[in-house]
Amino acid sequence: MSIKTIDEAGSRSEAGASLDYFKSHLREYGMLVALVAIILFFAIYSWATGRPTFVSASNLTNLFLQNSYVIIMAIGMLLIIITGHIDLSVGSLVGFIGAVGAVLMVLYGIPVPLAVVICLGVGAAIGAIQGYFVAFLRIPSFIVTLAGMLVFRGLTFMTLGSSSSISPIPPSLRALSTGTIPDFLPVLGLANSATMIIAVVVAVAFAGFAFAKRSRKANLGTVHEPQGFFYGRVALVTLAILYMGYLLSTNRGLPNVLILMAVLIAIYAFVTTRTTIGRRVYAVGGNEKAAKLSGVKTERIVFLAFVNMGVLAAVAGLVFFARVGSATAKNGTGLELDVIAACFIGGASAYGGVGKVTGAVIGAFIMGALNMGMQSAMQLSIDYQQLVKGLVLLAAVSFDVYNRNKA
Amino acid sequence: MAPILEMRGITKTFPGVKALDNVNLTVEQGEIHAICGENGAGKSTLMKVLSGVYPAGSYEGDIVYDGEVRSFRDIRDSEHVGIIIIHQELALVPLLSIAENIFLGNEISRGGVIDWNESFRRAEELLRQVGLSEPPTTLIKDMGVGKQQLVEIAKALSKKVRLLILDEPTASLNERDSQALLDLLLEFKRQGLTSIMISHKLNEISRVADSITVIRDGSTVSTLDCKAGVSEDQIIRDMVGRQLDDRYPPRHPKIGDVLFEVKNWNAYHHLNTQRQIVKDVSFNVRRGEIVGIAGLMGAGRTELAMSVFGRSYGRNVSGEALMGGRPVDVSTIPKAIAAGLAYVTEDRKQYGLLLDDDIRQNISLANLPGIAKGGVIDEDRERKVAEDYRSNLRIRSSDIFHKTLNLSGGNQQKVVLSKWLFSDPELLILDEPTRGIDVGAKFEIYSIIERLAGEGKGILMISSEMPELLGMCDRIYVMNEGRFVAELPRGEATQESIMRAIIRTAGRTAA
Repeated sequence: MSIKTIDEAGSRSEAGASLDYFKSHLREYGMLVALVAIILFFAIYSWATGRPTFVSASNLTNLFLQNSYVIIMAIGMLLIIITGHIDLSVGSLVGFIGAVGAVLMVLYGIPVPLAVVICLGVGAAIGAIQGYFVAFLRIPSFIVTLAGMLVFRGLTFMTLGSSSSISPIPPSLRALSTGTIPDFLPVLGLANSATMIIAVVVAVAFAGFAFAKRSRKANLGTVHEPQGFFYGRVALVTLAILYMGYLLSTNRGLPNVLILMAVLIAIYAFVTTRTTIGRRVYAVGGNEKAAKLSGVKTERIVFLAFVNMGVLAAVAGLVFFARVGSATAKNGTGLELDVIAACFIGGASAYGGVGKVTGAVIGAFIMGALNMGMQSAMQLSIDYQQLVKGLVLLAAVSFDVYNRNKA
Repeated sequence: MAPILEMRGITKTFPGVKALDNVNLTVEQGEIHAICGENGAGKSTLMKVLSGVYPAGSYEGDIVYDGEVRSFRDIRDSEHVGIIIIHQELALVPLLSIAENIFLGNEISRGGVIDWNESFRRAEELLRQVGLSEPPTTLIKDMGVGKQQLVEIAKALSKKVRLLILDEPTASLNERDSQALLDLLLEFKRQGLTSIMISHKLNEISRVADSITVIRDGSTVSTLDCKAGVSEDQIIRDMVGRQLDDRYPPRHPKIGDVLFEVKNWNAYHHLNTQRQIVKDVSFNVRRGEIVGIAGLMGAGRTELAMSVFGRSYGRNVSGEALMGGRPVDVSTIPKAIAAGLAYVTEDRKQYGLLLDDDIRQNISLANLPGIAKGGVIDEDRERKVAEDYRSNLRIRSSDIFHKTLNLSGGNQQKVVLSKWLFSDPELLILDEPTRGIDVGAKFEIYSIIERLAGEGKGILMISSEMPELLGMCDRIYVMNEGRFVAELPRGEATQESIMRAIIRTAGRTAA
């Protein structure tokens, strides 16, 4: 233990500091690098094989649309994994909520906003029931949610009854998952100029906040990120936002669901890093006994994490239903595995206490980009896709555990 | 007689730090050799070099055993020549039997099929040697720690041990089991076995050791021959490298009114609700007063403290708690904290720290509202609070973003103390506040405690180290078998009077 102290207290060169910083944040940069590498690989592959270009407006739009529900649920799952639990029921829950929504909206003709509220309420209630078993009765979450996975799949069949699928969905709900924003500022001569303007605003805001935060830290003398890394990171993200905005604006524009995702990501990133409840979630996962003895109501935190998961699964269920266009008993089957994999690829620890919202989102995009690339650029079949995704998951977690043991 | 072991000029370097620097150790045939040193002095590293955990070639220097230079590649190599190490954390499988554990990895078998009859016969023989009468089919989980320790020794004997190394063998044993273990070591010595004992407990060392090697900062400081007579002060001086005139800070008590009072407190075992662990206990702590609770392991001291602190231990807890004369609700941990209580646990790694988090996050944990507005954490304020405690309590680390996992025991304890001080309690319950902390850091912790009492806080201190209670406390309660059996003011409290109170009441109370 004294080893590290001496190592860190000793004076170091600038380059040494950069290297140390890179090493200690290898995982975070590694994920971004991996995502970029995957995209580049498929781009070069499709270019070399004479296929349609991979980095295209329609592919980008599809990437967001296809992965929106995974990302929405990965946020909730991340909180559960941080507390040291797991939720296997979310795939079934997506199917069940879709079925409930379809019955309410299509069969009973209940107005969409009301139906949405009811669906979210059902999601919360289901999360509360599972959370009660896990948090207060101390039944292992693996068991409770495995049971939930079976129960809600069964309930999906029962809700749909004799009809194997319910459609068509109301147009206003459909707009949620496949619609894009209207071009309210047609000034740039692009297909959807408003999108480009929003992208510029977001990019400027991002860079502005990043610089403000860094200068505040500099005043306090707590800057750890070397300057080169900082500029590189900010430039990369800003350019990525602008380029994506440009691509989208030449096509159909900003997908509505992307706005929903961005809002959720922003809210949860803030809650996990900056609020007392976020801190308590990490504390419960880091050392439940110590957290409890420090006055944290650990059971309540776990309970709330499950309620939250239920609500987000309901949101994802509606988005999924709206995207597929019909509610069937098979909707969302196996989705829980993608969601859990996204969290672990994104750096969450299987032992609890560690994980970031942004990490889970990037993890989901890595999986999404792999899916899309193998499907559209390489035209590999589903079995290869499964194989590759499995190996990526194993590699990511092995890397984490190896690093942890080495430290 | 020629020494059985000579370690010459051992130097072991880890990236960035020299853990051992030219250490010499000579152990004579048939003696009990004690190794002392503060935490982090390099004792365990030295034993790992000896037992082959760090293989030959990863260190400089020679190990001469039985007159030959040895280069062990792993533990099997060193065990092969009879060097057996028993670690502080016992390496037994709880759900296997004594016999299975003794021969684990070393089964008596023919062609892979275990000969159970022979195994049990041999196991019984070994158990007799260590003075255990348990049948060899008993599961480890059904035995106390003291007996488990004996099983470890029996396991060592089964491997034809010639040099037995014990790392803090009595750390988790109570007084009686410790004595029995030390007696056993002396008995083995009479039979010609050589032992090395790493220990913090100076009284035990002076009882059994023939010679003592003191290690400080990775170097040998001195080798003392006990036949010539060695005083504890001399050992301590060598360990810390300076004269310790006082092991405790001077106490200038300014004792005020009764701050916290508990009346007729009862608590039952958390699993077995028939078993009463705390029996009708009443006590009080005044402002500015340091009150001790003495007692043997299992007396119910921790259970009492935790049941008072938000019923974090026990079932069917009953009794009355008063703060400043007014009844307070301490039925949950958040309520107990709100009432002005803080409980600093005896097991800081399990119950005190988020080891993966940094100093800053650990300090704010018990009082998150204190650094937040409307549920949003004010990062500047959190940082400032952590910086203040780091400098006030002199937590040694590069900064407040240091993971608590990588701190020494003393500094970890200071982080836990900081956490509770930031929750601004009236009464601090300190459970074994210096356990596993080296001598120099102990003094710092004592000084902090004394300072807090000086600020008018009440301190309730549980400790198994009687000298510590006698050195620090203004008043000592003696607890035995769930009851408070004596209350001794500073002037009357001695090791003898405390032990007398315990022995007089032992076995008196039928549950």
